[in-house]
Amino acid sequence: MAVITQDLNPKGKNITRYHIVIKGVVQGVGFRPFVYNLARRWKINGSVLNSAGGVIIEAEGEEANLTGFSNELKDNPPKLALITGYKLYQLPYRGYADFQILSSDTALDKEALVPPDVATCPACLEDVSDPADRHYNYPFTNCTNCGPRFTITREIPYDRPYTAMASFQMCGDCSGEYNNPADRRFHAQPVACPFCGPQVELVDRRGIKVAGRENWLQACWDLLQDGKILAFKGLGGFHLTCDAMNSKALEVLRQRKGRECKPFAVMCRDLRTVEKYCRANEDEAKLLSSLQAPIVILARKPGYLLPKELAPGLKTLGVMLPYTPLHYLLFTGPFDLLVMTSGNYSSLPLVKDNDRALDELGEIADYLLWHNRDIVNRCDDSLARVIDGGTHILRRSRGYVPHPVAVRRDAPAPVILGVGGEMKNSFCLLKRDQAFMSQYIGEIDCLEGEENLFSSLINFQRLIGVTPEIVAYDMHPGYASAEVARRIPALHLVETQHHHAHFAGCLAENGIEDEEVIGVILDGTGYGTDGTLWGFEIITGGYTGFNRLCHLAAVPLPGGEAAIRQPWRTAVSYLHTFLGGAGKQAAREIFKDKELPLIEKMIEKGFNAPLSSGCGRLFDAVSAILGICLENHYEGQAAVELGEIVLAGAEGDLLSPYPYAIKEGIINPGEMLAEIIKDRSDHTPVEIIATRFHKTLVKIIFEAVREISRRTGLKKVALSGGTWQNPYLFQSVKNLLAANGYQPLYHRQVPANDGGIALGQVMIAHWRWLKKCV
Amino acid sequence: MSTNENELILLAHGDGGLLTHQLLEKYFLPGFSNELLDELSDASVFSMQEGRLAVSTDSFVVDPIFFPGGNIGKLAVCGTVNDIAVSGARPLYLTASFILEEGLPLGELARIVASMSDTAVKAGVKIIAGDTKVVGRGQADKIFITTTGIGLLPPQVNLGYRRLKPGDKVLVNGSLGNHGLAILLQRETLGLDSKVESDCAPLNLIIEKLLKRFKSIKIMRDLTRGGLATNAKEIAQSARVDIWLDEQSLPVDDSVRGVTELLGLDPLYLANEGKFLIAAAADEAADLLDFMKKDSLGENSRLIGEVRAGSGNVYLKTALGGTRKINMLASAPLPRIC
Ligand SMILES: [Fe+3]
Ligand SMILES: [Mg+2]
Ligand SMILES: [Zn+2]
Ligand SMILES: [Zn+2]
Repeated sequence: MAVITQDLNPKGKNITRYHIVIKGVVQGVGFRPFVYNLARRWKINGSVLNSAGGVIIEAEGEEANLTGFSNELKDNPPKLALITGYKLYQLPYRGYADFQILSSDTALDKEALVPPDVATCPACLEDVSDPADRHYNYPFTNCTNCGPRFTITREIPYDRPYTAMASFQMCGDCSGEYNNPADRRFHAQPVACPFCGPQVELVDRRGIKVAGRENWLQACWDLLQDGKILAFKGLGGFHLTCDAMNSKALEVLRQRKGRECKPFAVMCRDLRTVEKYCRANEDEAKLLSSLQAPIVILARKPGYLLPKELAPGLKTLGVMLPYTPLHYLLFTGPFDLLVMTSGNYSSLPLVKDNDRALDELGEIADYLLWHNRDIVNRCDDSLARVIDGGTHILRRSRGYVPHPVAVRRDAPAPVILGVGGEMKNSFCLLKRDQAFMSQYIGEIDCLEGEENLFSSLINFQRLIGVTPEIVAYDMHPGYASAEVARRIPALHLVETQHHHAHFAGCLAENGIEDEEVIGVILDGTGYGTDGTLWGFEIITGGYTGFNRLCHLAAVPLPGGEAAIRQPWRTAVSYLHTFLGGAGKQAAREIFKDKELPLIEKMIEKGFNAPLSSGCGRLFDAVSAILGICLENHYEGQAAVELGEIVLAGAEGDLLSPYPYAIKEGIINPGEMLAEIIKDRSDHTPVEIIATRFHKTLVKIIFEAVREISRRTGLKKVALSGGTWQNPYLFQSVKNLLAANGYQPLYHRQVPANDGGIALGQVMIAHWRWLKKCV
Repeated sequence: MSTNENELILLAHGDGGLLTHQLLEKYFLPGFSNELLDELSDASVFSMQEGRLAVSTDSFVVDPIFFPGGNIGKLAVCGTVNDIAVSGARPLYLTASFILEEGLPLGELARIVASMSDTAVKAGVKIIAGDTKVVGRGQADKIFITTTGIGLLPPQVNLGYRRLKPGDKVLVNGSLGNHGLAILLQRETLGLDSKVESDCAPLNLIIEKLLKRFKSIKIMRDLTRGGLATNAKEIAQSARVDIWLDEQSLPVDDSVRGVTELLGLDPLYLANEGKFLIAAAADEAADLLDFMKKDSLGENSRLIGEVRAGSGNVYLKTALGGTRKINMLASAPLPRIC
């Protein structure tokens, strides 16, 4: 704190002036009204200003009051705020007559952060449910504590004219609340009411109105009860909705959406209702009702019959709670559970605009419930899971974005963009010591996905106020993301290896600086530096480089990507590669009805059979051998289904791992496969085989880490890559390492899957820039 | 032609002596006989009416030399005839030059020559000059053939990339990938019992008919190496337009589709030897399609896409509702699914 001067004021009391600059998420979180009320309480005059450079406070008062004011500001900010910078200057007394909220100043450097969207607060839910309140039944009710933020913001500072609310003129009542510092809606930018705010409309497939604000709710209920499919415009895009208990409707939705097996997320009336169908422990309940309100993967309660079409082949279900008044109102009717799956066809980007919805969802949905507030930034629902008491984010989007991830990095440093991967894409902008991960972009291997990446990037740059100087991308020769990277004018392009990026992201999240760490990267597919596909790496290294000390033996994938879609092919390849003639015979028995002679030839001759050592492929192979999943209808299906049948607890504890070999840093699963085949033909239950398989992996990883640690003296072990989403594997390895004196590092803020690699990409680029190797 | 199937090509068949003469007399001349060739002078001399000539040359090296639906000889005639034909010209004459590897069975040579002769007759072109060389074992692979074609451009025909305009329709005369897949299956001996045959055929007659009748044909291109994908990309880049293809209207035989799915290959990148892409004004496209379908080489013709303003991209609207960017095939695509 810079002390400049201290004047005595005319009255002779010790009155002075503070100039305070606060950076971070301080806009759209009720910060200014909070400051206003705080100032009144501490008898302070001056002003508060929302600027693109953050919140600027001028405060004059008695020194003791100023100290109290400042401390409370720092220690007890509004619960949605995130203070990343707090600077206080003491200046000469000026003589303010009162305390004012000044209108925003847009000229300054863009430092203020746009807040993420926030689930509706209890007070707003009360307003919506109260027939006497003017917000009764109004689907767009919000206040400074809740409501849309990122999804409606076009530019910073976060102020109404720069949001999708710009076109709605506040009515007298709303502007009264907006301007009353004592009100909960004081300076809540999206405030709205039935008289002045956005309105819903129920339309048919041609866009013709069938119900409006008076009767939309009843009309929706009637249609849903009739088994109809509705497209429902929410916060970050459209949902496709139907009665989750209606198998027939689910089937129709699956068929029209082109989604054969991938589980549907559901929205549930409230926490009590969730507990009727699923198990939710305290941590899970907390996550469900958090401000972010993500979809949480829960174990279904056995015996409570939910249609199998919701999540075929799984024992879990992705559940979320209503997070806007629109959703909340929908659940005041006859439904406990409604499907809320992303409004798109197959793997196309989520639909967010009304006109696109008619085009793209008009053939999937029977009716559309839309409204006239634009969605500026597309934002999918976030997806999370609690493992061992900790939250693991599988898809970081609505509610979390654009909150930055703090990393260790000194200024001044260039702005770096990491364009991310190819599936589950999410990019990252690194500005000083803050890594801004984008919302979920999804698959970008089609034009629509690539355009989504590009336009989201341009919006994101505007919201954060940066232009990248260095661009990092994945070295895979077929990635569209690399093509996007090359289109961005930048000083340097930095090529990163897929699993090194997974590793670096994990280091960054854990505050690691320039330090050697062991990494266990378990993943599906990433392009390796030797031109083969990797995904089971035990490495040592840091941000600038790595050594691949131990890895799974590679197998050919007959048909390339076809083998990833059809795990039985990979299973045949595993059996051939590691068990020779016996494996060939076993494959012919297990996969009787498949085109085996051709696949065998492809494996033998290496015809269109790229080599892969990915852990995901080993899961695929075992899953197919056990008959659990022969075809992947969605990414990771075979592995997820195999992971779900593991016997946890005492039953599993008794089981032993299978044998295996590690020779010269190469993991050979041959003996394990031989025993799996034997167990299978002995009719050993698949749950037992699956458990022993998992235990073998745990043992392999532990043995490899111990050996590498013995040689290098390293104790920190970073766990990254999509396979770590497997709860059993993660929990077992993490606890085993910790119990043996190692320090496991893992992801808590960004996904362990490809949704997190952009963070690693920017950190690799940063350190290479710093050490002058770009 | 009576031949001893067991006789092999010897180095002496190329030394200009007795065996060379016997080879010519017995194998090449009877098959290719016509008034110009039969002169046996150093050069064939012929006169042509005034006009524009089209010339094209191509060397054929294919493994295997015999494949379902054809052989290297038929391919050598079709390849050059089609190159001339898609330029809009009427092919008239061919020359053929052979490099034979020592040890090639003469019986195989005889079958190759016979099929060249048949194909030339079918296409209405004459082989008017030729050459034969023999090289030692390992210095060539069985047989290499180079053909050069000469054609005459009818005065009214004027094809060219600069004529492509947004809105033009893109058609193809039948199923994609057959030749490339047939060759591949034969060469790789993947042990697959498949009915896939090469589509190798001369296209000049159907093209001549089309050009006579439809004035709005802008360009044509035979879909050889790199398949529809690579050729469409080359057209788009040369013409500086975008081409939008519709996956669901692409003609692919069930047998080709089944096998490519098993092998993890994309029929869009597999070669044809009897298929051409044609772009024409939208108002003539429907008639053009009907007319193509009446020809035996166009029964499976389809309208597959259109030209749009752009900068040289090819896009494929997939059955899944997305749009795939089509690039030239660089190498075997590596999996990206993580
Ligand atoms: Fe990955
Ligand atoms: Mg040519
Ligand atoms: Zn609220
Ligand atoms: Zn109002």
